[in-house]
Order: sequence, then structure tokens, then C-alpha cells
Amino acid sequence: MALLEIDDLGVSFATNDGEVNAVNGVSLALDKGETLGIVGESGSGKSQLAFSIMGLLARNGRARGSIRFAGQEILNVPASVINPIRANRIAMIFQDPMTSLNPYMRVSDQMAEVLTHHRGMGKAEAVAESARMLDAVKIPDAAGRIRLFPHEFSGGMRQRVMIAMSLLCRPELLIADEPTTALDVTVQAQIMSLLGELQSEFGMATILITHDLGVVAGFCENVIVLYGGRVMEKSPVDPLFASPSHPYTRGLLRAIPRVDHEGDTLDSIPGSPPNMTRIQEGCPFAPRCEFAIPECRQFLSPLTEFAPGRWRACNRSLEDIA
Amino acid sequence: MFTYIAKRLAIAVPTLLVLIIFSFLLMHAAPGGPFTQERALPPQVLANLEAKYGLDQPLWRQMASYIRGLISAFDFGPSFIYKDRTVNEIIAQGFPVTLTYGGISFVVAVTVGVTLGVLAAIFHNSWLDYLAVGVSIGAQVLPNFVMAPILLLTFTLWLRWLPGGGWEGGQWQYLVMPIIALSTSFMASIARITRSSMLEVLNSNHIRTARAKGLPERKVILRHALKPALLPVISYLGPTFVTMITGSVVVDIYFSTGGIGKAFVDSALNRDYAVMMGVTILVGTLTVLFNLLVDILYAWIDPKIRY
Amino acid sequence: MVIDKTKMQNLSDRLVEEEVKGRSLWADARKRFLRNKAAVGGLIILVLVALFALFGNFAAQWSNEELDFSVMGNVRDAGGPSLANGHFFGTDDLGRDLFARTVQGTRISLMVGIVGSAIAVIAGTLYGAIAGYTGGRVDNIMMRTVDILMAIPYMFVLILLLVVFGRSITMLFVGIGLISWLDMSRIVRGQTLSLRRKEFIEAAEATGVAPFTIIRRHIVPNLLGIVAVYATLLVPLMILTESFISFLGLGVQEPLTSWGALISEGASTMNYGTLWQLAFPLFFFIITLFGFFFVGDGLRDALDPKDR
Repeated sequence: MALLEIDDLGVSFATNDGEVNAVNGVSLALDKGETLGIVGESGSGKSQLAFSIMGLLARNGRARGSIRFAGQEILNVPASVINPIRANRIAMIFQDPMTSLNPYMRVSDQMAEVLTHHRGMGKAEAVAESARMLDAVKIPDAAGRIRLFPHEFSGGMRQRVMIAMSLLCRPELLIADEPTTALDVTVQAQIMSLLGELQSEFGMATILITHDLGVVAGFCENVIVLYGGRVMEKSPVDPLFASPSHPYTRGLLRAIPRVDHEGDTLDSIPGSPPNMTRIQEGCPFAPRCEFAIPECRQFLSPLTEFAPGRWRACNRSLEDIA
Repeated sequence: MFTYIAKRLAIAVPTLLVLIIFSFLLMHAAPGGPFTQERALPPQVLANLEAKYGLDQPLWRQMASYIRGLISAFDFGPSFIYKDRTVNEIIAQGFPVTLTYGGISFVVAVTVGVTLGVLAAIFHNSWLDYLAVGVSIGAQVLPNFVMAPILLLTFTLWLRWLPGGGWEGGQWQYLVMPIIALSTSFMASIARITRSSMLEVLNSNHIRTARAKGLPERKVILRHALKPALLPVISYLGPTFVTMITGSVVVDIYFSTGGIGKAFVDSALNRDYAVMMGVTILVGTLTVLFNLLVDILYAWIDPKIRY
Repeated sequence: MVIDKTKMQNLSDRLVEEEVKGRSLWADARKRFLRNKAAVGGLIILVLVALFALFGNFAAQWSNEELDFSVMGNVRDAGGPSLANGHFFGTDDLGRDLFARTVQGTRISLMVGIVGSAIAVIAGTLYGAIAGYTGGRVDNIMMRTVDILMAIPYMFVLILLLVVFGRSITMLFVGIGLISWLDMSRIVRGQTLSLRRKEFIEAAEATGVAPFTIIRRHIVPNLLGIVAVYATLLVPLMILTESFISFLGLGVQEPLTSWGALISEGASTMNYGTLWQLAFPLFFFIITLFGFFFVGDGLRDALDPKDR
């Protein structure tokens, strides 16, 4: 049995401008210890996918479908079901370390409450354990600095605190939602290598959500490419980079600047991400796709396995887009 | 923390000085002296009176001696109208009354307002939220001078439940209407501020983190959301306090409670400048102290201010 | 009544973003405003009240100073609202026509509110924009001065002013104007500070545009949104202040009147069974405050849609 199974997940938001569909019929499965990258540009629904797993959708959001964790349904369940799982078995790291920590509480209190709540530890014991975890994420003088407030840490250090906090209960699944987007480039590399080390040390399954294909290449075994709230392509990392099977993935790969190609102008995908207020009948990428045919605006073929472990959702055959 | 308070104090002192000097000069700019009355006094009597009150001295000397009296003994000097009473005596009579009903009104406004606002935010878009928003919008157009007659009309003239006025040492029957009249519009404002800041905080990233920790909603709100949500309320408390003291003028007129507001209005109508100045400076001092208190409270909650 | 700082802050953040993006902010806002029923209702109320103030006199059968001797001494029974004797709102205790007096009071109160708010807008915007734009020590001194003035119990000082210099409408304006601009200047300064860091201001500076021209051409237009919202919300505060003063008998002088004075009169006679004397002025007072409140709130929500 897979650790996490998502079945036909749909997420929509009620807004003043009407219903916005962020995620449309996404299905995926994740095994114990697996590392999965979810890639897409902003508005592709990748963060909402993560929030659905944690049950953290905004108030006006509604989710349909099913998410099972270790066989247990966790989508649209009461707080009494999801709360013992949060932080304890599924933990999450958020995009913006500057605002994700409570600015009015000492780091020690913020970390310790996870352990006192889920593990029933005493305060002193919980703080000591938290300090050990800060040490594990390589914060110098962890025992002393745990008493500080978040604003006394730099952005990179704060993200380390967030990582330490998420690992306190040794979760089976870690969701990292663009953990490095808000950080300096040099710090990004440090945080990603730290995450890699911790992942192999603790052996938890990890979902890495990012718009940065480069980050995925170094970290994940498998990748899902999301566009307009739908899965475009699903594949192990190496073949995806070697031979992308979907026009959108190709566009994404071409848009990565390469130092070894000289003189070329940087390719970009023409057009802009779709307006999600209208329900998409056809392929959401069709308006920007150079291979689109009239049918693409009517319907989108379901994900099909075209090679072992490799899946694609596209109306055109591989030969058509070659 | 210490430098922060010192900085705040550094503003408080000039504020008070500006207030004292301003009201002192204003008093002396008044057309006609304090003893200009309908029936002209004989020049000799006037001169004697002016000598007695020090009005024949140069202006700066008068001001210096007034400020000296204030600082050394908190002495506002004699009343210009009531020959046998000092300003201090007049204030000492009304101030405890004002402080009693003002203090209770303040506490009522803050507790009810904050509770209502927090509940409205938690149950956003429920009937409770709509009720709280409705009440707070309605109550905002009911300032104390509108609330007071409506209360009198309802509870005294109509239902005959409560006495129409008086103080009687502050028995509860005499306190009810002054407190409702004084606290209603503030309660409404506080509820509205609390609600919108609570909604803001509940949507913030660090509350999402707290929820992701698997804490029950009650803990998320009490441990994580309440403090930041109260910050805007706290900064509103300073001005509220002053406006409440100002409102005591209305309460004293309607409910004959005999607080400091009555002394102020009486002195305003009698042109008893010494009492007016005394009350103004007293309220100014209270304002400054209260603002200081609010600043300290703010710094205590927000760690970014502390260092 | 008070202006909600959190929401104002959200709005100002939003407006800095929005102006820079240069989208059709005002067109969008108008669409959203017109969709907001409370705001449109408030606007209609305000228009009706304004029409009442402007043209009410043409409908009045009596002037505001005439005494109706037929009801005098018997106001309780004969002075009630009636179409027959032309006292639509009844008479006051002296037998003067309450309709005409309410028209008069509405004029004065609206005028005080609007003029007070206008003083606040002009003085506060200039002061705040200069402080925020100049920055450094000048800004520091200017804002500390505002801090000091803010801590003065202005209602008491205002009464002191009115007592010392005599009651007059000019004095009332001066007094209200003196205090109303403080909050405005703070808001505008904050907004100017955030605008200053934007690229288009830096570009203007780099090309050598004079500071005052930058303030006039780039800063002030971009302050328009927040100033409009704040001014709308300030009018009822000014009306409240004036009413409070007039209520104490220190505001406008007879034969002029205002809502506060009328409410005060009505309240003092309510135990004689002449409730209409309180009811009519109070009605206009309350609906107008509601009107401004809803319009101001609606305007803010229209300019800051994410806040809903």
C-alpha cells in the first residue's frame, strides 16, 4: 500500500469573480521514503495541492475527491482526525520563512509546543529536544539561540528553524512548498543540500513543490508536471530531462538558462497562464501550445503510460511533437 | 526596553509643557480679566484682587510660579470664582466619581468589544458575525450624547426601572446608565477593530503554521492569534481613554453624577479659567500617562520593539 | 466612531502596489462600489440629505426664526408635526418651526463636517507629503510635533478656545481644523514613504525634476485613493465633534443651529411629551452618519478588494 494516495482531487475557491478552479482531477501515489517533485508555474495549483493534503485550504476553498494517508481518508475530515496527523505524521515547510514563524513567540516556545502537544513531553524536555533538532539543521549555538525571537534570525536561518520544527516528530511525510523561493541563491543551495541530507538520514517520504526544475533534478526521484491544475506529465527524473514527452515540459526545460549554450536568446513559453475562473474543457495548455490542434480545446486525453513508469496527458502522439 | 520608555518619556514632558504654556497663554489672551463682571468692581477692589492672585506680575513670572506650583505640589492655585475654594478641592470632589464610572465603562467597553470582535472573526460570515457587525455599526452612530437621552427615555421615563440621575456614593442603580452611555460607541469601535485585525491575523502565514502543527483551533487562537490581533486595539486604547473622560461631560450633565465633567462645564460657563486650566492639564497628564502605558503594553507584546 | 487602522493600512499597502502597476484602478473601483448595496444606499441617503439641506427651505412654510404664537405655551398639544399648520416636523419649545430649524441645522452640521474634513485633507496631505518626502531630521521633527499635538486632550482645549475667544462658527472651524489634520498627516506620510521607494519616483529624481514638482505631479495624485477614503470617513467624525460641542451649548449660536444643538434641545424637553423635537434631528443625524460610514467603507472596499 502506498503511503499517500490522491484520487481525482479537485480544489476550487469561491471568489467575488466567481468560482476559481485551482486543481482539476489530480491523482498520484507516493511510497514510503519516496521523493516526489511537483513542478509548475505560479497558479498551476501546486501549493493548493499541498494545502489540501494538510487540510489547510483557505476558508473559501472546497476540495473534492479523496486523499488517503496510510489507508486513512484525510480529505474533508473533522479536526479530530487531521490534527493528530499534522506535524506528527505529515509535516510541512512553507514558502516564506519570514512570515511563517510567529513573530510574537520565542523559537523555543514555538518548537516545544509541537512536542508537548503530540508527544506529551514536559516543557523542559521539549525545549531540549528542539535544541537538538536545531543543532541537526546546523544552526550554530542552538541551545542559546533557541531563546531568541524569529526576527533575530536571518531568512536562511529561519527556514532552518522551520525545517527543524517540521522534523521534530519524525514525520513519515514531509511536504516542502517552495522552501527556497524566498531566499538568496547561495542560501538556496545550502538549504537544498541540508534537506537532502536530512531526507536520507530520517528516510521520510518527501514532496517537493517548486517552479524550479533545477532543484528537482538534484533532489527527487520522480516528477509530476502540473499545468492549469492538471497533471501534464509524470515521470522519473532522468528520462524527463533527457526526453520530455509533453510540449509544456519541453517549454519549461527550454526556458532554463544554460551556460553551456552560447549566444542563444533565452526561450520562453508564449502567452500567460490560463484564467482559472472558466472551467477548462480541453487541455489548459492548448492556447499556448505550438502543437495544438482544434480537438485540444475540446478535450484532453487522460494520463497514459507510454513507457515503464512514464505517463503523459496529451492529444498529440510523441511522433507528432517530435 | 529601557531606552524605549525613556524615548517615550522624552515626548511626554514637552507635550505637557506645551499644553500648560498654551492654556496659560490662552487664559491671559482672554478679553477682559477673570474679574470682569456685569457689575464693575471699584478699581481699588480690582487692584487688590489682582494683587492677591498675582495678576499684577509680569506674564512670565506668573507662568513660572504657576508651573512651579504644579510641579512641586501639584497645586493648580485658587479658583477665580469660588473665593474660598482651590482648584484642587474642586477637582478632588469630582475626579473620584469620574474615575469610577469612567474606569468601569472602559473595562466594559474593552472586554465586551474584544470578545464580540474575536467571536465575530472566528465565526466569520455566520449569523454571529452579522449580528456583531450590525451591532457595532449601529452603535457607532450612537455617541454618548445621543445614547444618554435614549437611555433616560427608556429606563427612567418609560420602564421606570432606574433612577434618572444622582450618584449616591456610586450604588449600582446610579451606575448602569452612565456606563452604558459612555461605553456603547467605544465597545462598538473596539469590536470592529478587533474583528478586522483578527480576520487579518487568522489569514496570516504564521497562523497557517500553527494549524499545520495540529494544534486545536482554540489553542491556535489563544496562543498564536490573540496577541497580534490585539495590537491595533491597544493602540486605540490611548485615544479612547481621553474621549471617555471627555464623555464624562455629557454623563454629568444628563445623570447629575457630579464628576469632573460638571466642574469643567460649570467653569466654562462661568469663565473660571483657573478650574478650566486645572481640568485640562489634569486630563492632559492622564492622557500622557495612559499613552505611555499603552506604549509599554505594546512593547511587551511586540518583541521587535523591545531591543 | 473611529477609523479602522488595520483596514487603512491594508488599503495603503494595496494602493502603493496598484498605482505602480498602473491598472485602471478607479474604473475597477467604481464598478465594485456600484455593486456594493450598502455603499450605494449610503450615497443615496447622502444625496437626499444634501437636497434637503439645499432646497428644504423652499418647502418650509415658516422661517427658522418666526415664532408661531398659536402654539406658544401649548407646544405639547398644538406643536406636534402636522401638515395643516405647516409645521411638518412640529415646533420647538418656543414655537419655532422645527422643519426650518432642521434644514438650518443640517446645513451647518454638513458644512462643519465638510469644511473640517477639507482642512484636514489640505493641511494633512501637504504636511505629511512634505515630511515623508523630505525624510531625515525634518521628518523627525515634523512627526514628533504631531505626536505632541496628538497627546493634547483636544476637546478640552477646543472648549477652552471657544470660551476664551467667544463662540462663533469661525472659531469652531479653527478649533476643529486644528486637530483634524493630525491623523491625516500621519497616514499621508506613511504612504509617501512607501511611494518614495518606488521606481517611478526614483526615475523622476534621477532626471532632475524639482522636489516640489515631484510631490505635486507624482506623490499627491498617488495619494488620492487613501485621502478620498479617509476624508469620507472623517466627515462624520467632524460632525460628531461639532455636535458634541453644540450639545454642550458652546457651538453655534442662536438663531443658527446644528444637529447637536437641536438634539440637545430635544433631549432637554423630552419628559414634557414633545418627543418629535428629539426624533427629527436625531433621525437626520443618524442617517447621515450611516451614509458617510457606508460610503467611506464602500470606497475603501472598492479600492482594496482583497480585504473582503
